[in-house]
Amino acid sequence: MARPAVAVLERHLTLYKRLWRASVFSSFVLPVLFLASIGLGVGGYVGEVGGVPYVEWIVPGVLASTAFQMAVGECTYSVLGEFKWSRQAHAMYATRVSVPDMIAGWLAYVVLRVEVAVVVFLAVVAAFGVLGSAWAVLTPLVAALLALSVAAPVTAFSASIDHDSYFALLFRFVMIPSTLFAGVFFPVEQLPLLVRPLAYVSPLWHGVELCRAATLGVAPPWPVWAHAGYLVVFAVAGVAWARVAFARRLRD
Amino acid sequence: MIHARGLVKRFGDFTAVAGIDLDVAPGEAFGFLGPNGAGKSSTMRMISCVSMPSAGELRILGMDPVRQGPAIRARLGVCPQLDNLDPDLTVRENLTTYARYFGLSRAQARERAEELLDFAQLREKAGSRVEPLSGGMKRRLTIARAMVNDPDLVLLDEPTTGLDPQARHLLWERLFRLKQRGVTLVLTTHYMDEAEQLCDRLVVMDGGRIVAEGSPRSLIERYSSAEVVELRFGDRVLREVVPELEGVADRVDVLPDRILVYAKDGDGALSEVHRRGLAPSSVLVRRSSLEDVFLHLTGRTLVD
Amino acid sequence: MVTLAVARRVSAGRVGAVVGRNVGALRSGASYWLVLVSGFFEPLLYLLSIGVGVGALVGSVPAGDGRVVSYAVFVAPAMLAASAMNGALAETTFNFFFKMRYAKTFEAILATPVRPVEVALGELCWAMVRSSVYTALFLVVMVVLRLADPWWAVAAFPATMLVGLAFGAVGMAASTLLRGWQDFDLISAAQFSLFLFSGTFSPVGDYPLVLRVLVEALPLYHAVELVRGLTLGAPGWAALGHAAYLVAMVVAGLWFAARRIERVLCA
Repeated sequence: MARPAVAVLERHLTLYKRLWRASVFSSFVLPVLFLASIGLGVGGYVGEVGGVPYVEWIVPGVLASTAFQMAVGECTYSVLGEFKWSRQAHAMYATRVSVPDMIAGWLAYVVLRVEVAVVVFLAVVAAFGVLGSAWAVLTPLVAALLALSVAAPVTAFSASIDHDSYFALLFRFVMIPSTLFAGVFFPVEQLPLLVRPLAYVSPLWHGVELCRAATLGVAPPWPVWAHAGYLVVFAVAGVAWARVAFARRLRD
Repeated sequence: MIHARGLVKRFGDFTAVAGIDLDVAPGEAFGFLGPNGAGKSSTMRMISCVSMPSAGELRILGMDPVRQGPAIRARLGVCPQLDNLDPDLTVRENLTTYARYFGLSRAQARERAEELLDFAQLREKAGSRVEPLSGGMKRRLTIARAMVNDPDLVLLDEPTTGLDPQARHLLWERLFRLKQRGVTLVLTTHYMDEAEQLCDRLVVMDGGRIVAEGSPRSLIERYSSAEVVELRFGDRVLREVVPELEGVADRVDVLPDRILVYAKDGDGALSEVHRRGLAPSSVLVRRSSLEDVFLHLTGRTLVD
Repeated sequence: MVTLAVARRVSAGRVGAVVGRNVGALRSGASYWLVLVSGFFEPLLYLLSIGVGVGALVGSVPAGDGRVVSYAVFVAPAMLAASAMNGALAETTFNFFFKMRYAKTFEAILATPVRPVEVALGELCWAMVRSSVYTALFLVVMVVLRLADPWWAVAAFPATMLVGLAFGAVGMAASTLLRGWQDFDLISAAQFSLFLFSGTFSPVGDYPLVLRVLVEALPLYHAVELVRGLTLGAPGWAALGHAAYLVAMVVAGLWFAARRIERVLCA
């Protein structure tokens, strides 16, 4: 990373040092609660899915959806606020920091946050012995790619809007449906044929399938390169969009 | 430092800056003076490379702001009209974080922050968050932050607007120090006293154009007389007094509460007033100021 | 006693005026409408995902009264109760806090003859409107999906209103104590934990004894049990106990909120 981008990353970390308490629940506790309520509670009635106990089956799903939800959540109010309320994007832009630096530093921060949450989650579930395969060590890598593919377009979206009530719509019509229907809790094959493509469109599904393949030690439904490639395309397009959105907002 | 020819900025149908020419030399303190909406801030934003000129030529530090924005900004210090300090960071962190944006090493950033804490007289507040600081303190911090990269050119957009008199004087003193160190200052203001105190040279803008240019002294000489006599007449209708002042001075202006008599020799004009049997309720003879020039050039209507 | 004393001082017209202000604010923009409408979909999506999707893997579960029902039938009333809770809390926490601390809406209202308790009641009535619209629509969906009998659905509606009232009153009381926006993380954390563990997704009977006792003390558990008994068409005597718990929440929440509004704004 270029030096100014590192400075941007540092700034976000300085801020996190001050405000981390607020995110402890959503980053570290919530995923475990979800796993307990659905994986253990409901799992008791499910038995096996795809030849493994239900709780083992949803662990990679919850892991991927944690990365996904954090990436969406981090890149909404914080990004809009930098333009609208604290105007820190403008302050940065008056220095040597360029728009690509700003975006690179920010995305690096989000990925870092996601990685910490994912590693903690992995440690917890490993302690309960619900990781089936050693390939699980690859899941942080998948989570990073998934986070990037989501964080980039959401950051661009947040930099393009003027009012924060759009976020409620983003959460309810994009984030929650993705979490609920993109193969986290039940196989997408159960979805009616008509809505199934919607699950395939969501980056989360590709992240879930890659994580699941890793923790269960099986092959994903599509070739690995296809899943990963889809996420890369999302990330690249998202970054391009973010550059345009930032530049438009900072110059006139 | 700055070179502009026929510089124009349009927002849709609205022309904020309607073709101005400018040259600012190194070490100069240069001011933009004008009422609200005159185009000062738009010009400043173009100079700080965050706003693209709609037409005309602009070069900052010999570079092209459209193509070399980051390289120019690396050598600028910008103090925007509205403070945009980081509210969640401490005073010191605001300085170090900003220094890092310019590529200073961590050690350099810390060192620079310490120097600037003294410059801004904020040492006791170093560990405090920005939010509870007073307006004057925030402003000093913003200016200190603008100095973090040891800039060649410092841009200050209305640096003392909204501050109480004490805070303004302290700030002026700080800016005067920068000037003495040879830093090139460009500022906008609508305070005449500020322009007179700080600027070697200034332009008066109105309606997106430059209507006058020169040093404060030369502007006063050109657009006003050496002295001004202010006359108040209790509750007499001031317009009725004007004909009786015919020939007393070069020019007479009527304000809502007083009459301004522009003359080379104020005391002479005043004794003429008394000789004519006029009895003002109060009298003030003073040196002509930039304010007189400003009112003369931009009209008397308040623009808000 | 409290209710009586309150009733004597409260004017329906003034409470109505507070509600009317909120209705007027609806005209302020399409964005608030969209947020309002979208709030309905959240529990519905959970019903379809967990109730129907995961339900297909589950088959059936014990209803708690000896019967065994399909998983979707089991989850649906829980989502209904959660919907009532979410609708009421959305108004009485986030929006209420904003009006109290930032918009100075209440300060302006209290400069008129309107009393603090009338503000509290007016805001609560408004929260009820929002939560009732959510639950009524949700009940229609349940009937259409054959997850509840139409008549029992009608019977369940007043129960969901009670749930909304209870959470609205307590939420409002909690909002008066919040120090700033960062405290909303606490509210949503609490809200989500309740949502996951109040016998919503699996029967409380499965939990270890300690956990079970803890859950049975939580408000959403009583709301879910009350509503589930009705939509399953078999309310037992325990329903009275659940209802009493919710009524206690309404009274305590309202009393506390009115007192706090008075202390914070009329001091």
